[in-house]
Amino acid sequence: MKGKKKTIGLVIYFILLLMPIYWMLSMSLRSNADILASFALYPKGLTFMNYMRIFTDSSWYMGYVNSMIYVAMNTVISLSVALPAAYAFSRYSFVGDKQMFFWLLTNRMAPAAVFALPFFQLYSTIGLLDTHFAVALAHCLFNVPLSVWILEGFMSGVPREIDETAFIDGYSFPRFFVTIFLPLIRSGVGVTAFFCFMFSWVELLLARTLTVTEAKPISAIMTRTISASGLDFGLLAAAGILTIVPGALVIWFVRNHMAKGFAMGRV
Amino acid sequence: MEKWPNNRAWLLVLPVFVIVAFSAIIPLMTVINYSVQDIFGPGQSVFVGTEWFREMLADKRLHDALWRQFLFSGLVLAIEMPLGILIALAMPKKGWAASVCLVTIALPLLIPWNTIGTIWMIFTRPDIGLFGAGMNDLLGIPFDHTDNWLDAWITVMLMEVWHWTPLVALLAYAGLRAIPEVYYQAARIDGASAWATFLYIQLPKMRGVLTIAFLLRFMDSFLIYAEPFVLTGGGPGNSTTFLSIYLVKIALLQFDLGPGGAFSLIYFVIVLLFSFIFYQALQRVGKGETV
Repeated sequence: MKGKKKTIGLVIYFILLLMPIYWMLSMSLRSNADILASFALYPKGLTFMNYMRIFTDSSWYMGYVNSMIYVAMNTVISLSVALPAAYAFSRYSFVGDKQMFFWLLTNRMAPAAVFALPFFQLYSTIGLLDTHFAVALAHCLFNVPLSVWILEGFMSGVPREIDETAFIDGYSFPRFFVTIFLPLIRSGVGVTAFFCFMFSWVELLLARTLTVTEAKPISAIMTRTISASGLDFGLLAAAGILTIVPGALVIWFVRNHMAKGFAMGRV
Repeated sequence: MEKWPNNRAWLLVLPVFVIVAFSAIIPLMTVINYSVQDIFGPGQSVFVGTEWFREMLADKRLHDALWRQFLFSGLVLAIEMPLGILIALAMPKKGWAASVCLVTIALPLLIPWNTIGTIWMIFTRPDIGLFGAGMNDLLGIPFDHTDNWLDAWITVMLMEVWHWTPLVALLAYAGLRAIPEVYYQAARIDGASAWATFLYIQLPKMRGVLTIAFLLRFMDSFLIYAEPFVLTGGGPGNSTTFLSIYLVKIALLQFDLGPGGAFSLIYFVIVLLFSFIFYQALQRVGKGETV
């Protein structure tokens, strides 16, 4: 009886969770005129017109491409600088290590709004404005500290005897790191990449501030549509649904590692 | 476990330091620079000392935004923490059902923040939204988040709870899974009730992950920007203008560099202060019993 109550509660929660997403999906399959003309719980005549418009108009679909490019760049940069640093924090004690770690964490907590304006000035001074690289670099502000934090946790779980044995066997540090150590923390790297992807993908303020046309992310293109008069709800909903797809795919791939990453409590 | 003392480890940390310093220290210097000057145009500026700070600290709208922010973060924590724990307790422990639950629950976390705002804007609009139209037409309760401040707050809170409770639930779930089965067996032998099991076994064992969930939820709700910006634009009036929204209004829209810089620093100091307190708390949890 008790188990049943739990299941019912959970089912209700999931219905509430999915309802807003369902509503947007339903809107995306209707034309704007139809949406405004009548209230309907489900689309009566399905139309893929909104999706077709996004896939055929380069100012729309390039937004997705741009987002993908800087998210991928950010993930690669974050991981490649965070890996050695996390190793240093997990294995060595050195002057200022605790202060450094705390300073890194404060950047995870810094309000993006504080940095938006100076970032704009900084990147326009060095001529990086409106490039994918600028956004990728700006997102390092919170993704690099996060990666160091997560990876350090995974690395500390590997016994140091392994390192010692390898060094006695005559392994050089780079060779040891790549051939022995990295495979041991494979799932940690996966989890870190997942979180880098996630936080870079969902961020809007910095990405919007640093781009004008060439590297404009899809999220910014959507905001522009919102501020325009005569809102096209169908189109907006279709664009929104398409921003959910990559995230959903990524979750599906990491679903078995996810619990582990969360168990370390380092998000 | 003792760590090897070695100052050459700095070489490994150096790339991280450079890349984060570039994105953190230079902009911070710029902000400090703005905050003490009155800038008329390129190359034209006057040193004004602490004038902007005094102006911002006395700014009534900033006070309002700050209290609003604390109220918002407080409500968020009060609702999301218990709800997240409840959901985690109800989730199946293994099998395909657990996988499906995990993936579904994580879904809102991977949606771009402005899409979250869009989803809820469409969902709660009184004319075309399921929630908005349902309230107005079906239940006869007038509901319009663009017009009524209470409705706007309810909408933003619903959105926030919808968006972030999954994070608390996932963390709590991971904490629960880490409790060895023998604890439950012992509880059964002692004839402990479900409530006693929760109070004396599950809750203490989840302390670590729950502390982190608490910190993350406080921080991120304190920095919230995109979702209310898309949903309400800070309105009606200023009723949902949180700190980030107000700051962006001053710094990026009005382009008031001086006051914006001073505001940024005040904001940053508040966040730093809380970060430090929380970091200490986190360290204490780390030293105690780990999950």
